[in-house]
Amino acid sequence: MAKNNTQRKDRNNKSVYGPGPKEEAIESHTLAILVNNEPGVLARVIGLFSGRGYNIESLTVAETDHAEHLSRITIVCKGTPHVIEQIKAQLGRLVPVLKVSDLTIESAFVSRELALVKVVCTGDKRIEALRIADIFRARAVDSTLESFVFELTGAAEKINAFIDLMRPLGLADVSRTGVAAISRGKEVIGN
Amino acid sequence: MTLTAVKPEPPEPKQKPAKEISGAEIVIQALIDQGVDTIFGYPGGAVLPIYDALFQQKKIRHILARHEQGALHAAEGYARSTGKVGAALVTSGPGATNAVTGLTDALMDSIPVVCITGQVPTFLIGTDAFQEADTTGITRACTKHNFLVKDINDLSNVMHEAFHVARSGRPGPVVIDIPKDIQFAQGPYYTPKNSKMSHRYTPQTEPDMELIELAVEMMAEAKRPVFYTGGGVINSGPAASKALRELVRLTGYPITSTLMGLGAFPASDQQWLGMVGMHGTFEANWSMHDCDVMINIGARFDDRVTGRTDKFSPESRKIHVDIDPSSINKNIHVDLGIVADSTKALEAMIKVWKKKGYKADHKALDKWWEQINHWRAVNCLAYKNDKKIIKPQYALQRLRHFLAQDKRQQFITTEVGQHQMWAAQFLPFDEPNRWMTSGGLGTMGYGLPAAIGVQIAHPKGLVIDVAGEASILMNIQEMSSAVQYRLPVKVFILNNQWMGMVRQWQQLLHGERYSESYTDSLPDFVKLAEAYGGIGLRAKTPDELDDVIKEMMHTPKVTLVDVCVDQTENCFPMIPSGKAHNEMILSPDAEKFDKTLV
Repeated sequence: MAKNNTQRKDRNNKSVYGPGPKEEAIESHTLAILVNNEPGVLARVIGLFSGRGYNIESLTVAETDHAEHLSRITIVCKGTPHVIEQIKAQLGRLVPVLKVSDLTIESAFVSRELALVKVVCTGDKRIEALRIADIFRARAVDSTLESFVFELTGAAEKINAFIDLMRPLGLADVSRTGVAAISRGKEVIGN
Repeated sequence: MTLTAVKPEPPEPKQKPAKEISGAEIVIQALIDQGVDTIFGYPGGAVLPIYDALFQQKKIRHILARHEQGALHAAEGYARSTGKVGAALVTSGPGATNAVTGLTDALMDSIPVVCITGQVPTFLIGTDAFQEADTTGITRACTKHNFLVKDINDLSNVMHEAFHVARSGRPGPVVIDIPKDIQFAQGPYYTPKNSKMSHRYTPQTEPDMELIELAVEMMAEAKRPVFYTGGGVINSGPAASKALRELVRLTGYPITSTLMGLGAFPASDQQWLGMVGMHGTFEANWSMHDCDVMINIGARFDDRVTGRTDKFSPESRKIHVDIDPSSINKNIHVDLGIVADSTKALEAMIKVWKKKGYKADHKALDKWWEQINHWRAVNCLAYKNDKKIIKPQYALQRLRHFLAQDKRQQFITTEVGQHQMWAAQFLPFDEPNRWMTSGGLGTMGYGLPAAIGVQIAHPKGLVIDVAGEASILMNIQEMSSAVQYRLPVKVFILNNQWMGMVRQWQQLLHGERYSESYTDSLPDFVKLAEAYGGIGLRAKTPDELDDVIKEMMHTPKVTLVDVCVDQTENCFPMIPSGKAHNEMILSPDAEKFDKTLV
């Protein structure tokens, strides 16, 4: 029955091209990429994602070894297992990319994000905001009589939860870093 | 508590101090040291210092194109016919943007090319200066890698690294963008031996022997095997073609190849099935569909080869040898992927096959060949000849006839369209590096400049560009270069006055609504050739054809041959886009074409 439906659908489709690949389950993977820190390297990585139609959920980049001119890019990307494999292979092909490590399948790993959250409020709401911040172990790094800036680190879900709670209390502005991730144990990438 | 340790800057690894010369001279010296003897280009404001340095030396010959796209295609033709890295030199802004099509073409077909682009002086970058373009930004997606040199001290290292990247692993185009002030600046020159790479670019070329053993075991167990080879075999050098021939003969298996791989295995051999893919032969496509073991060497399962991927060769176990890890499992899931250079993989396979004393299953193989011969008997390239009108296939068969009598090294280039597919079907390809065509990008206008590059590299060779009248007009200005350098390139135009492949698709798939595919007001190609200072010939009827081809073979100058062919001929066999190999269409009869299928 289902097969007949697809066939009918195909016939109505005027495209001269066949149906696209079958749908597969979408997975989210965290990739750690070691690159030469040089002009344009980030553009190459991002251009690869946009040019080939891959999705980036989060991207974090900073120099990690000044002497060796190395930067580490952490990308959280979504796709079918086949697409994730292609993303890794395509990244590995870029000349300035030294190593691509898929933390999601290679090892247990820790991933953290940092957020700065500005809340503008007075009266009881200030007390409630401070109380929630305490529960989340967020620090107030700036305070005026009408506002706080909280600094919070943790997994993305924790930060999302914090932001949701701050919304009715006067959430005004959020700055997030994106995910930084590293494998647990003694293994390192780049060797 | 924070601890700030001030780490001293590590000393720069020492390079031997060198005598200082200008940036432009560094460029020339590096080209010489990289073995470049010919560079294709077009001057302009931002590369004048390099042109000045070129003028003052004798080791590198500069070939002046008439458009930067032509320069790039010529460099590609040079590279493909010699196996060396092609070199091109263009100016900033429009020079670089005109080069983009050639660069993309080289990327898609894995052709090693180094293209030097001039750039406005570093202090003007970002100011929207005259003839400024963000060249590294524009070419990032159409090169294997690109460089912007902002420090004269990096220049020689970058030059050498560019050649290393272009030729290593899967070859491709590399751009070096050099601002004008860097070309003037004085700096050190390091030889390739003394130069320091800024990247550790070392692609894997050695195959994993365990995987090779598995592959050979799969091959030996096969009942209905087929070799499917591609441009990777050509790119790997003549040794790969030699090894491929040995392995194919050792096993006795049938072999087909992609458009890019033609010539790696001789088309005159009994084991040769013809080209695979959309306009491949019936026997090649059915063998691919029905095989039980597919041995892919250096081909990338392009959509023009696979047709509909979910119905592609459904019952086979697939082995895929490719130098590019991202090609494996990209379009088609394979059972065994081997990352390696094809020469090394093929030689390892031969060694294992011999060492283990494998024998093909002759009983199964005979049955398989019987089936293949049954498909061959369909005679899929047959066409209905005509006494009054020249059929394009007939024109190519006559060309083939005269090629067979010619002793020179023969090179065929093509433009893109019906004529390209007919050339692939009807011309002989017995040697690698003799066939240059734009496969991946499908660039109309490729053939003439590519032929110029080939003829420059092989002055005594016979170079023929099989063209269509629409494609040839896309880079017709290169006639002028061919005349300037006295290159006796032959342009064999199958002139049907239509963009033939577009017309074919409109006829078969778009209800015969011929939207903009007819070219009105075509030039008189004979007069056009003469206007450029070349030779123009024309054949209007089949009777005139032989004499015209005979004359063409020995003209001393660039020659346009206007072969007036049947306007309505279509290219068959054909797998409609999105169809499987076993759904190919043989009939040139449009009425029989099942439109409900598409």
